[in-house]
Amino acid sequence: MSKGKFGEYGGQYVPEAIMPAIEELEEAYENYLNDDGFLDELDNALAEFGGRPTPLYHAPRLSERYGGTVYLKREDLLHGGAHKLNNALGQVLLAKKMGKDRIIAETGAGQHGTATAMASAALDMDCEIYMGAKDIERQRPNVFRMRLMGATVTPVETGTGTLKDAINETMRDWATNVEDTHYVIGSIVGPHPFPAMVRDFQSVIGREIREQALEAEGRLPDGIVACAGGGSNTMGAFYDFLDDEEVGLYAVEAGGSSLEVNEDRAPNSASLNIGDDGVLHGARTKLLQDDEGQILESHSLSAGLDYSGVGPELAALVEKGRVEPRTANDDEAMEAFRKLSEDEGIIPALETSHALALLEKEDVGDFVVVNLSGRGDKDLDTAMDELDMRQEGA
Amino acid sequence: MLELPDEPALIPYFTAGYPSVESVPRAIEAFEAGGADVIEVGLPFSEPIADGPTIQNAVTRALENGMSPDVYFEKVGEADVDVPLVCMTYYNLIMQRGVEEFVRDCKNVGIEGIIVPDLPVDESDALHAACEKHGVSLIFIVAPTTTDERLERIMERVSGFVYVQARLGTTGAREDVSGATYDVLERLHGYDVPKAVGFGVSEREHAREIIRGGADGVVAGSVFVERMEDGVEGIEEKTRELKQGALKGVEEAE
Repeated sequence: MSKGKFGEYGGQYVPEAIMPAIEELEEAYENYLNDDGFLDELDNALAEFGGRPTPLYHAPRLSERYGGTVYLKREDLLHGGAHKLNNALGQVLLAKKMGKDRIIAETGAGQHGTATAMASAALDMDCEIYMGAKDIERQRPNVFRMRLMGATVTPVETGTGTLKDAINETMRDWATNVEDTHYVIGSIVGPHPFPAMVRDFQSVIGREIREQALEAEGRLPDGIVACAGGGSNTMGAFYDFLDDEEVGLYAVEAGGSSLEVNEDRAPNSASLNIGDDGVLHGARTKLLQDDEGQILESHSLSAGLDYSGVGPELAALVEKGRVEPRTANDDEAMEAFRKLSEDEGIIPALETSHALALLEKEDVGDFVVVNLSGRGDKDLDTAMDELDMRQEGA
Repeated sequence: MLELPDEPALIPYFTAGYPSVESVPRAIEAFEAGGADVIEVGLPFSEPIADGPTIQNAVTRALENGMSPDVYFEKVGEADVDVPLVCMTYYNLIMQRGVEEFVRDCKNVGIEGIIVPDLPVDESDALHAACEKHGVSLIFIVAPTTTDERLERIMERVSGFVYVQARLGTTGAREDVSGATYDVLERLHGYDVPKAVGFGVSEREHAREIIRGGADGVVAGSVFVERMEDGVEGIEEKTRELKQGALKGVEEAE
């Protein structure tokens, strides 16, 4: 009876109260995904409002440094400054077609919340964003952006006040207001159909990479590198290439300060690399948890990767050996952040910096595409503190 | 397997480990002394997505106090009571222990039913099979939003009693009985499984109205958890009060 499985992973582990809404969403999503009218409307909005297609940029200094050809998929140039709008616009448009009049979402770094607030403003929907109190503290510019665009930003004080807690609270809101409200999940996590639906909305990234790579180099890349928290920019970049076995797919997680996990906390967010199977937020996936199954608090200096779980499809692809899980720690990410800014004149998001850091550690082929999932303006406060700290330490 | 009594049942819930790990057996005994017919003992999970602020807070405190599945089974096993117990927890804790082992451990300490708020009937094959094998009831929740098609599937698999969620949202004491309660009870009328109503029940009057509306039992949780802050003493009296309300409701229904 179970639906939405990727091998062992996925499924629908949610309270009965929201099962009917999930079934309704599943039906609407399947209908609209095959509806040319809906897809045209979405493509048009992504182009006119979002600025798609985003460039595939040949990065000359990175190429020189690593002795190959390195391209950056410029999702940082999408409206809002990250790939998140692809999904938010898709889901808010779908919700509107379904006759819902209220949008809720969780956010970690604030990028998904910002994208959802943008899409809601553009499509004239009420919008409430749940955000961990700790994340509100470290992502103040995004909080202000969301409020400017008319969204209500509600702090979540429970737990450690990060993404996981924000998801819990958004699910509680949905279970309460399910009849008129749509929950725009920001990553390829949650119960079916969210992982598949978010992936589909994000897969435009990979389709463009294919077309642009063929045009620029006359062949497919040897390697595609993306950072993975929940994994939406990762799956978005990878999905179109799953059958092209010659293209290596590298998901880089936050190694935080250490990959050692003790009973209370995981000082990293590397669930694909070191997690065990379990059920969290509606899906069976790989998780950072203790022996009993209590979820561990994750850590990363980038709020957008700071999550104890990961999308079930990505977990299944790692299990199958199709996607290579990797990590970059806080220091390596900061170094990559600094380098890209200096070398190429592009300030990447701290999340994205983890993907860039892999190039320093590993040769992933002659022709490499890094998904530049977001820009780093939101991270300047954190970056200033971190770089100061590192300089003092040195 | 779990059986409800012939008279209207009062089913209190509390979070094991709050206010302390040691208080678990005493709390269970106090509920029985107050006239509880079944006692739901919550096994705390770090992500209680179906619970409101009162129980969330109790869960956090219980985990800080060192509550864990091992301690849970040990402490529940120490309670000296005759009424059946029910375990309420989230699926990840069951999965990590091993579904079969979890159910067997329940059975060994007198737990006769299991409720898992994040396990809809669609995902319940493994737990259902283990419960059948060990003679433990698997209790499902029916919500105001549950469709007829889903209701049928749930009722095919439920045993012990069906937990009627009185309102949308999370657990927590409320001021009144939701109108949705009566609609759900009406839709369940044709099914020969006892119906217990929960989510928001806190007053004697609520219990009375719910039983008069056709339910076989009343579940109350947050109202007890609130009272346990200062120890387990306050709960026996509150149990008695709600039980009286339930009994009054059945007189009026007859």
